[in-house]
Order: sequence, then C-alpha cells, then structure tokens
Amino acid sequence: MQVLMREDFDTLIEKLQGADYEVIGPRIREGAIVLDTVDSAGDLPAGWTDEQEGGRYTLHKTDSPSLFHYTVGPASLKSFLYPSKSLLCRVYGGHNDFDVEEPEIEAPRRAFVGVRACELHAMAIQDHVFAGGRHPDPVYTARRNNIFLVAVNCSKAGNTCFCASMGTGPEATAHYDLALTEVVEDGTHYFLIDAGTKAGRSMLDELPLRPARAAEEEAGAAVVRNAAESMGRSMDTEGIEDVFFENLESPLWQEVAERCLTCANCTMACPTCFCSTVEDISTIDNDMAERWRVWDSCFTTNFSYVFGGAIRKASSSRYRHWITHKLAAWQEQFGTPGCVGCGRCITWCPVGIDITEEAAVLRRQREARQGEARYGAGTRTAY
Amino acid sequence: MHTPRKPKLAVWKFASCDGCQLSLLDCEDELLAVANTVSIAYFPEATRAVVDGPYDISLVEGSISTGEDAERIQMIRDESNLLITIGACATSGGIQGLRNFANVDQYISTVYAHPEYIHTLRNVSPISQHVFVDYEVRGCPINKYHLVEVLAAHLAGRRPNIPSYSVCVECKRRGTSCVMVAHGTPCMGPVTQAGCGAICPAYNRGCYGCYGPSEEPNTQALSAWWTKLGVEDADIARSYRSYNALSGVFRREGSRYAKKAAAGATNEERPQ
Repeated sequence: MQVLMREDFDTLIEKLQGADYEVIGPRIREGAIVLDTVDSAGDLPAGWTDEQEGGRYTLHKTDSPSLFHYTVGPASLKSFLYPSKSLLCRVYGGHNDFDVEEPEIEAPRRAFVGVRACELHAMAIQDHVFAGGRHPDPVYTARRNNIFLVAVNCSKAGNTCFCASMGTGPEATAHYDLALTEVVEDGTHYFLIDAGTKAGRSMLDELPLRPARAAEEEAGAAVVRNAAESMGRSMDTEGIEDVFFENLESPLWQEVAERCLTCANCTMACPTCFCSTVEDISTIDNDMAERWRVWDSCFTTNFSYVFGGAIRKASSSRYRHWITHKLAAWQEQFGTPGCVGCGRCITWCPVGIDITEEAAVLRRQREARQGEARYGAGTRTAY
Repeated sequence: MHTPRKPKLAVWKFASCDGCQLSLLDCEDELLAVANTVSIAYFPEATRAVVDGPYDISLVEGSISTGEDAERIQMIRDESNLLITIGACATSGGIQGLRNFANVDQYISTVYAHPEYIHTLRNVSPISQHVFVDYEVRGCPINKYHLVEVLAAHLAGRRPNIPSYSVCVECKRRGTSCVMVAHGTPCMGPVTQAGCGAICPAYNRGCYGCYGPSEEPNTQALSAWWTKLGVEDADIARSYRSYNALSGVFRREGSRYAKKAAAGATNEERPQ
C-alpha cells in the first residue's frame, strides 16, 4: 500500500488527462452529487456530504476537507456504458431498394474517479449481461473497453445503503484499476492507494507516492470498517430465492401496489437494470428510417405487451416481477443476485418504497407459514 | 407512372388557444416534407385556400364549448376518414374545463356587460365525448414531433411511436435528478404521460401534468406523499385541476382534494 497526499491529488487527474482520458467524477448539479467531467480536484464536492432516506436526498456542507465523504448519488456508470438512447441503424431509400447504415459506435476514453464498491459490482453484473454471452453487445463492450476506474472505498454509509449485507462493499475488492481510501485525521489528509490491474500499476509509477506506514494502513482500514458498521439498511440473503418463489401469491403485492406509482424510477436508477426496447421511426416522406434502442422498464405497460395485450397489467404483478427477478431469479439466470445494495431504488423512489423492507415482510410471511405448518395455526401469535 | 393521390389534410379549431395547430407550422425542418406528402385542404391559420371535403385526415384542436361546436364536430366526423385530436383541450377539455367545477351563469353575468349575447354550454367536453376519435395526441401544447410522427406512422401503416409511460422515464433517460426526491418539490411527473422530454424538472420545476394521466397513474399514492411534503389539500386539488382537469383520474383526485380542502376550511372556521 502506498500514500498519495491530498496536495498531489491533482497530479492523478493530470496524469489521467495526459493519458488521453476524459476524467469523470462526482460533482454537484442541481442539489445532487452526479457524475460529470472533472477538470481538477477543485471540481470535486469537498466538504459536502449527503443524507438519504426513502424518497429523500439532501446535501449538507461540512467543515471537513474530504473529497469523497458521501455515498452514491442518482447517477451510475450505467448511463456511460449503456447509454439511455443508442442509434442502432439508419435506413435510406424506398420500398424495394434501400441502404442500411450502421452508425459508428462512440466509445470515448474515460477515467472514472471516485467509483464505489457497489458500482464496481453492478458493472461486473452488467459485464456478464451485456458482454458475457455468445453475442456481446457492441455498444457496451466498446465503451467498457475504453475506461479506467479509480475506486474510492466508502468512508460513510448512507441510510439506504446495504452493500455490507450483499457482500458488495463498502470496500472495493475487484474490478478497479486503482483503489483509494481517503483519510482525514489530525490535520493530515491523504489517500491510501493500491492498483488492481497492470494499467493501474503503470499509473502508480507516474504518481508522487511513498510507502504507507502501518498506522496509516490501520487508519484506512478503520475508515472502511466504520462505513461497514454504519449501514442504514440490511438485506437477509439467506435462502432468499425460496422467500420469493414461495411468495408469488403473497398479499404483500397488492399492498405495495397501493403505494407504487409504476413510474419506473427504481429500474432507471438501478445500476444493474438493463432492459431496453427498440423503437423505429420513419420520416413522413418515408425516405429515411431509424432504429433506436432506449432504456425501458418492467414497470411500463408496453414492456410485457404481446399479441392481445400486456401480460402484467396490474402494478402488483410488475412490482412482484421486478423484485423477484432482482433478488431471486437473477441468481438462477446470471449466478449472482441482481442487487448490489446501493440503495438507489429506495432513495430515488418518489414515495420511498423500500426493497429491504418488502423482502423482510415476505421472509416473515414465509416463516409464519412454516411455523403454522409445523406447529399448527395456534402458534401464530409468535409473529 | 401512377402517382398516388396525396392525402387531404384538414385542421379544425374549437375552444382553444391555437398553440397546437400552430405547432404544425412550427415544424420548420419537417414542414416541406409534410407539405410534399399531404395536401393541405383546410387550414385557415396557414392558408385561405379551401378545398371541400371529404378529408383523409382531420386534425381537431380545442374542446366543445357551445351548442354550435357540438353540431360542427358531427359534420367534421362525417367528412373525415381519420380524426386525430391534438392537444389537452381536444383530448380532455383543456383549461376551460375548469368551468365544469363552477357556475357558468354567475361567471357570464360577472364578466360580460350583455350576458344575453353569450350562448355557451354549461359544461366543456373533449371531442371523444361527441364523436369517435381515431387517435389522441396529448399535451399543452402538443409536441410537434408527435404530430409529425402520428402522420408519418399513419401514412406508413405503422403504430405511432408515442409513449404512454410516466415523465419519470424521460427524466431518468436524460439524467435529470428527481426534483421531488432531491429538492422536495411536488411533481406531477410520476402520474403524467411522457412526451414533453421532461422539460420542467430539467429546469428545477415540478411537472405540471400537461400531457395528462400516464398509463397507470396512482394519484392517491402521489397525493399522500405530497401531503407529507407539506402541500395543502387545496394546492393538491389545484395541481390536478389544470390543463387536464377533466381527464379520468385527474378529475377524481382533484375533486377528492377539493372536497377535503373545503371540509378542512369549514373545520378551521368552526371554533370562531
């Protein structure tokens, strides 16, 4: 482990820029920390911290000089690697004679600074979805191959965070080029820095670093430990597939439907949700047509439209589909849960519907049924 | 070579501000292509030349507000193969639909020096309450691209590519942080149909609901959250009672909160 002093942080940004990367990092935009171009460390939200609850996100300024003392905002790597709108092809000509033009895929060289462990896990899940099969997605893979990732271990956990229980954070353990731990104590401000790839190691060689002292390494470990111990939420993943597959007819679905707006915010904010739809448009004189891929959501009616109508007409069936896929069916399909515990679906749900709370209700319902089966209905009072 | 006859397009106006039909002229880049594809047979805002019916496509703007309107829309339906309503007035009654919640006679006598000259219906109604409508283009005003899209889709024999999901999808696609979550600003977006490109939230305003209810609007859940945000019952009622005050769930939710507000006001007065 080595140490990068705060005053040398700009060197990291300059070196990344020198390597022809557009540096993207956390920036304050309209009352939220989002991801945008960063020219220097001065652009980072120094001293700012966030407070998150179901349906609520607020920022506060503190006296701390720390650059990364907040958790994830509404934006994620998803919108950079899997754009919300991509042109797939353009067709010119008439009915019998036409030319198909495939647009060049834009894959800018980008370095992301301040990427959190949950984000990296989410990206790994999307890697599997988009690039893992026999037909890798060309847009995703081109963009994915052109990035450099500077992770930051979380120094705090938000009220809607539950990465510790999902095993996806708060410490970045894989998928990064460089990983930082920010330490602010006794008037010193430094970053413990470590490389995860060859590209990361070459970058280390260019930075003004010194070996970390044992006390500094311990201070870094304490930062991460503190974040892990202050998670606002938790998810019990033990036997979670059965919790969902045995609750397909739970009264909970109807109860959630009464609160759910089916607005699709949870799926759009989720860093692993990957659904899209394909839209064709044509000009009025029929000289040109375009085919676009756009983000879609299982909360829209058209998402489940087949001949004759939508399969999932009721919002209860949409919520059930989403959470069951995310926490249970995903495991079967891709080998991991589809959730990384970032808490975005809780914070950015306009009415604060909480994935951890609904999963816990389902678990209690299942346990209650098991109790009844084992000891008879009279034991129900235990719940 | 046989050239197919250009479809005849007519544009009709009822009670409205003209904004929606003018969006056809606003098309600029697409206007020449539109003019090359359809023959504009009746469009007083654009040309004095009038070609008699029948018409292949009629675009109807505005709501039915007078007895004369109610008769004229029947004539238009008879003369039109395809009837497309454009804008909030035509599809849901529009802002003048607020009249339905008030006493018209009282308004007329307050506003006009000679109330006897005014012949108006007690209630405003959308076009679909009078005749069969083939397609409704929402919005106050409509999105000009939707208008071109509906015409292009019809001429190409395909389904128009117009969303029915919520404004939230547009906010998230364009990367706008939710104004309700991040600022506590009441926003109609979660229950409003997309189509505008989520303009207001992009400028830090809550959605005003110009495109009317989305496909599955859970207005009760949204109103309950607004109450938590500190919005008064009367203001919740007002938010539903705007450009699409008469459309289905907005009408019900607006009335529910108008009643709550009235009851609240009575309760407050009681102790005095």
